[in-house]
Amino acid sequence: MRVPLSWLREYVDLPAGETGRDIQAKLIRAGLEVEGVEQLGADLKGPLVVGHVLAIEELTEFKKPIRYCQVDVGDANGTGEPQNIVCGARNFAVGDKVVVVLPGAVLPGPFPIAARQTYGKTSEGMICSARELGMGDDHDGIIVLPPEYEPGTDAIELLELVDEVLDIAVTADRGYCLSLRGVARETAIAFDLPLRDPALIDVPPANSYGPLVKVEDQAGCDRFVARSVVGVDPAAKSPIWMQRRIQKAGMRPISLAVDITNYVMLEMGQPLHAYDRHRIDGAITVRRANAGEKLRTLDGVERTLDAEDLLICDNAGPIGIAGVMGGAGTEIADPVVDPETGEVTGTSEIVIEAAHFAPVSIARSARRHKLPSEAAKRFERGVDPEATKAAAQRAVDLLVLVAGGTAEAGVTDIVAPHPVHSISIAADLPDRVAGQEYGRETVVRRLQEVGCTVVGSDVLVVTPPTWRPDLTDPNDLCEEVIRLEGYENLPSTLPDVPAGRGLTEAQRLRRRIGVALASSGQVEVQNYPFIGEAVLDALGIEAGDPRRETVKIANPISHEEPSLRTTLLPGLLGALHRNVGRGTTDVALFELGRVFRVDGTAETLYHAPRLPVDRRPTGDEIAQLDAALPRQPYRVGAVFAGHRDPQGWWGKPQAWTWADAVEAARTVADAAGVSLTVRQDQHTPWHPGRCAALYVGEQLVGHAGELHPRVVKSLNLPERTCAMELDLDLLTAGGAVKAEGPKISTFPVATQDVALIVDDAVKAADVEAALRAGAGSLLESLRLFDVYRGESVGEGRKSLAYALRFRAADRTLTADEASAARESAVAEAATRVGATLRG
Amino acid sequence: MSAPNKSYDPVEVEALKPEEIERLRDEALAAFAAATDLDALHEAKVAHMGDRSPLALANREIGALPPAAKAEAGKRVGAARGGVNKAFAARKVELEAERDARVLVEEAVDVTLPYDRAPRGGRHPLTTFAERLMDVFTAMGYSVAEGPEVEAEWLNFDALNMGPDHPARSTQDTFFLKDADSVVLRTHTSGVQIRSLLAAAEPPVYVICPGRVFRSDELDATHTPVFNQVELLAVDEGLTMADLKGTLDHMVESLFGEGISTRLRPNYFPFTEPSAEMDMVCFVCRGESVGNPDRPCRTCSSEGWIELGGCGMVNPRVLVACGIDPNKYSGFAFGFGIERMLMFRHNVEDMRDIVEGDVRFTLPFGMEI
Repeated sequence: MRVPLSWLREYVDLPAGETGRDIQAKLIRAGLEVEGVEQLGADLKGPLVVGHVLAIEELTEFKKPIRYCQVDVGDANGTGEPQNIVCGARNFAVGDKVVVVLPGAVLPGPFPIAARQTYGKTSEGMICSARELGMGDDHDGIIVLPPEYEPGTDAIELLELVDEVLDIAVTADRGYCLSLRGVARETAIAFDLPLRDPALIDVPPANSYGPLVKVEDQAGCDRFVARSVVGVDPAAKSPIWMQRRIQKAGMRPISLAVDITNYVMLEMGQPLHAYDRHRIDGAITVRRANAGEKLRTLDGVERTLDAEDLLICDNAGPIGIAGVMGGAGTEIADPVVDPETGEVTGTSEIVIEAAHFAPVSIARSARRHKLPSEAAKRFERGVDPEATKAAAQRAVDLLVLVAGGTAEAGVTDIVAPHPVHSISIAADLPDRVAGQEYGRETVVRRLQEVGCTVVGSDVLVVTPPTWRPDLTDPNDLCEEVIRLEGYENLPSTLPDVPAGRGLTEAQRLRRRIGVALASSGQVEVQNYPFIGEAVLDALGIEAGDPRRETVKIANPISHEEPSLRTTLLPGLLGALHRNVGRGTTDVALFELGRVFRVDGTAETLYHAPRLPVDRRPTGDEIAQLDAALPRQPYRVGAVFAGHRDPQGWWGKPQAWTWADAVEAARTVADAAGVSLTVRQDQHTPWHPGRCAALYVGEQLVGHAGELHPRVVKSLNLPERTCAMELDLDLLTAGGAVKAEGPKISTFPVATQDVALIVDDAVKAADVEAALRAGAGSLLESLRLFDVYRGESVGEGRKSLAYALRFRAADRTLTADEASAARESAVAEAATRVGATLRG
Repeated sequence: MSAPNKSYDPVEVEALKPEEIERLRDEALAAFAAATDLDALHEAKVAHMGDRSPLALANREIGALPPAAKAEAGKRVGAARGGVNKAFAARKVELEAERDARVLVEEAVDVTLPYDRAPRGGRHPLTTFAERLMDVFTAMGYSVAEGPEVEAEWLNFDALNMGPDHPARSTQDTFFLKDADSVVLRTHTSGVQIRSLLAAAEPPVYVICPGRVFRSDELDATHTPVFNQVELLAVDEGLTMADLKGTLDHMVESLFGEGISTRLRPNYFPFTEPSAEMDMVCFVCRGESVGNPDRPCRTCSSEGWIELGGCGMVNPRVLVACGIDPNKYSGFAFGFGIERMLMFRHNVEDMRDIVEGDVRFTLPFGMEI
C-alpha cells in the first residue's frame, strides 16, 4: 500500500513539521511495515507552468517528425511573449493546455533545463510528459490538461508534484491498512490525534427501489449494496487531483468511472464495481458458478469457471467473478467521439456495487484464475462489511460531483444476518503474555483505541470493530495492547530452562565425522539436493537401480534437475568439477546430508492425511503422516582428485587414490566407533576392479574406491577420481562399541616378521584375518609393511610381509613362545589362503 | 714396577728431577693446546697421558727410590699428571664445543622452506555456524531437534495455524512434489517444532531446530532455493514476551559480543501471536553510523540495526493442534536464516559463494567459527 502524505493529512491533523521519516518510524513501531518513504519531486525546481499552444510548425526534414511550437506561458517567462519550444511528441494540438518547463528549472533526475539549439531551432524549454515529471511511467505522450487552467499557472502545485509517499508492506492480518482509512487510523493512534473517518458520511437508509439484486449464496456474500447514478457525462474526465492520488498510490488512472471506484477503494478499503446499467440484463444475482460456465473478464481472457467460484450474474449469465474481476460485457464503455459533431457517447447510467464476500472463496477464485487483483487482495485479507454503504455513497457523490450525474434515490442493501463476535479475555492476560504490568485501565484504553467495545472488569468482553476480522482470539487482543504500548518497552528476562543433556549421540557423531574428515584434508561442501536423469545416466546407474527411483518435484527450479538426490555423489562430483574448472586441481571434498529414497516405502507414500487442528493427532495419525514421507537417511560422501601430496622439495607427488577413499570410510567408522570390513565388489559408478564394499558385520553400509573411467569421462572429471559414500543411519544402526579401558602390559614386546607368498587373487584382508586367528591372544598387533611381486615369488603370486608384535599381560615372553605363536599364525594362513613362507 | 733399588741416589734418577717433571708437564700442556681438533687431542693424549708416555714412565721410577724420597717424588709426579689431566679435559671441552658448533652450522637448513604437503581441509561455515548456535542454546539447557526435509503439509502448514486457505501459505514459494498430495519440501523447520511438541508427553519443551529448508527462489547474490534455518521453541508455564526478548538478547550477545541487544517490531506470522520482527544492534558500528555520513556502515547500511528474522509468542491454536492446554502453557518461538547471518557476520558478499562449494571460500573458516 502506497500512502501519499498529502492524502493522509486529510484524515489526521499531523503537525506540519512531521516528515515522512517521522511517520514511518512511528508506524513501524506500531507494527506497520513501512518499507520506505518516496520523496516525490525532491529535486524538482520551477518554473513549471501551464502553457497554451498557440501554433505548431511541423518540421519534416528530420528522421522523425518534429514540432516547433509557440506556447503562451502567461507572465511566467517574464516577457509575456510566447515561448518557442521544439517538441518530439505529437499527442497535442493547437489550443491545448500543456505543461511547460522553462529554462532555469530542474526536472527530476535531476535534469536541468536550459534554452538550447536543436533541430535548427532554439528551444526555450520543454513541453513535458508525465514520465519527465516523475508522475508515472505509463505515459510517453505529453500531458494535455483540461482547458480551464490559465497559462502561467504554477504546475508544480497544480499537479501536486511534491509529496512524500509511504510504502507499506501490509501483512496478511491487516487488511484494513490497504486503505487510507486504515493507515490514518493507525497514524492517529500513534500520534494520539483524532481521526476523521472517511466512512462516517451521511448515507440514506435502504429502500426497496434500488437496483434489483438477488443474493442466492449468503454464505459467500453477506452484504450487497447497490446504487445507481444517471445522466453521467461520458466525456467527463477524472480531475487532476484524483488522477494524481491514484498515481501516487501506485495505480493507473483509466477512465472516470473506474478511477472513482479505485479512488474510493484506496480511500476506504472497500472494492467497488461499476456496471453500465444498459448492459445489465435484469436483476443482479450472486450465486456459485455452474461447472463449465464461461466468462470473459475485463482483461479480455475467456475463463472457464469452477463450481466453487462465486459469481455476479444477470439474466444472461455471469457478469463478474465476485470480488475478483468484472466481466468485459458489462464494463463501462469507452467514450466514442463522433468525428463530425464532436459529440461524445458512452456510458451514462452506472450501477455501483459495494459488496462483502467470504475471504476464503475470493482467495480460492483469485488463485484458481491467477488473478491477484487489488479487489481480491483486499477481500482475501478481510474488508469492513459496514463500510459498504459509505463506500457506495462516496462513489455516488463523486459521480455527481465530477461527472455531472444525478443520484437515484433507490438504495439496495442486502444484509445476511450474522452474530456479533466477541472475545472474553482476562484483563491481565496482556500483562501475562508480555511479562510486564500494564493494568486493566491501559488494556481497556488501548483496545478502545483500535475500535473495540469493551465491557467487564476482571474478565473483559471485547467486541472487535467490523474492520478488524483478524481479531478473533485473546492473544490477538494482547498483541494490540502490547504493540501500542511499545514492543521496545518490553523488559528482557530469561526463563528458568530445565537442565539439558546437550547434543544427542547422532548429533555429536556428525560433528566428529566433520572434524575427522576435515582434519584429514577434506573440505566440506553442502550441495543442493536437486538432480536430473542426465547425471544418473552419466554415473551409469541402470534402470531398476533404487537410485533411479527419485522423489520428483512438481515445480522444480530447473527442469533439468527435477528430482531429489538418491545419492550424494552427483552433488559432490559437481562441486569437484567446479573446483577443478576454477583451477583447484588437487581437491578432496566431503558432504554430510540426507538423500531421499522411495525404495522400501509404503503404498501410502505421498498421501498424508489432512488432520484437524482442533485437537492433538492420535499416534496412528502421526504414523500416517510419517508413512507418507520418503526415507531420508543421512549419508556421508567424499570425492578425491589430483594430488594428496604435491610435488615439492621433499620429493615426488602422491595422488589421491582408491585407498584414500577407503581410508575416509574408515575415518568415519572410527568416529562412529564401529569397525568396518572391506570386501572387493563391483558397484556402479566405481571401477569394477577398484571398488570396495563396506560392511559393518554383515550389513552393507557403503562403497569406496576409484570411479569407473567411463564415468570419469562422461562427467568430465580428472582421471582416476575417487569416491566414497556411506549410509550413516545403517553404519550406526547397531550402536557404537563402547571403548573398554585396555590393560597396558609393561612386559617387553617380542617382534617377529613374516613374509608369506600367496596367490595374487588372495585378498590381504583374508591373509590378515588368518594370521590374527592363528596367532592367538598373545598377538598385540599386526601390520602389513610390504607387498612384493617379482620373479623370486613366481608368476601370479605375491609376497606379503607382516610385522607381528607379541606380548603377554603377565610375563616376559620367551623366544620359544613368540615363535610358536608366529608359527601357528603362519599355519593358519597356510590352511585358509594357501600361504607359504617366503624362504 | 721394579723393586726398590737402594744402590742409587734418588737425586741421581734423571727422570724424576723436578725440572724434568716440569718439562714433561709443559710439553703435554703445549701439545694439548696445539691440538686443533679432537683427533689431534687424542693423539696428544696417547703421547702424554698414555701408559708409555714419559710421565707414566717417570711414575714407574718412583718405586726405585729409597723410601725417604718416594713421598716427595710421588707428590711431584702426581701433581704434574693431575695438571696434565685437567688441561686435557679442559681442552677436550673446548674442542668438543667447537666441533658441535661447527656441526650445527653445517646442519643448518632454510626453515622458511614452504611445507604445504599435507592436504588442508575445512568445515563448511554453515555447519560450524549452526553448531555455534546449538552450543549457545544447549548451554542454556535446550536440546537440538531435527526432522525430515520432505515433510507432510499438516506439519509444515496446518498445525502452524496455516490452513489450506491461509493467505500466508501461498506466499511461501513452496516446492510441491509430483503425484503427491499433502507432502512438500519443508519451507521452514517449524514442522520440527510441531514434532517436538507431539513427542513430549507434557511441556516443558525447550528445543532449537536447525536444518535445511526450501523455497522456490532462483539462486542469486542474496537468494538461494535451499538454505538453512535455525528455529527455537520454548513451551512452559508462564513464559512471556519478555522471556523471548531476553533469550534473543542472550543469543546475540553470545554470537556478536557484549552489549549487543535486540529490538522487536510488531509483525504478523500465523504461528505466533503476538508476532514480531527482530533486529539486533549493528555489531560493527553499534548504531554510530546513523545520521553520520562521514562514518557509513556497510554492514547495516547505516541503519544501526540488522534484521534477523521473525519471532513471537506461540499462537495458542498451535498448542491446541498439539494437544497442549493453552490456558496452562504458553510459549515463544523465533527463526532466522543462517546464510544471512553468516553473510553479515563474516562480510560474505555473494550468496553463491556459500552454496557453490568452492574450497577457496570454505578453507579460511577452518574448523570452528
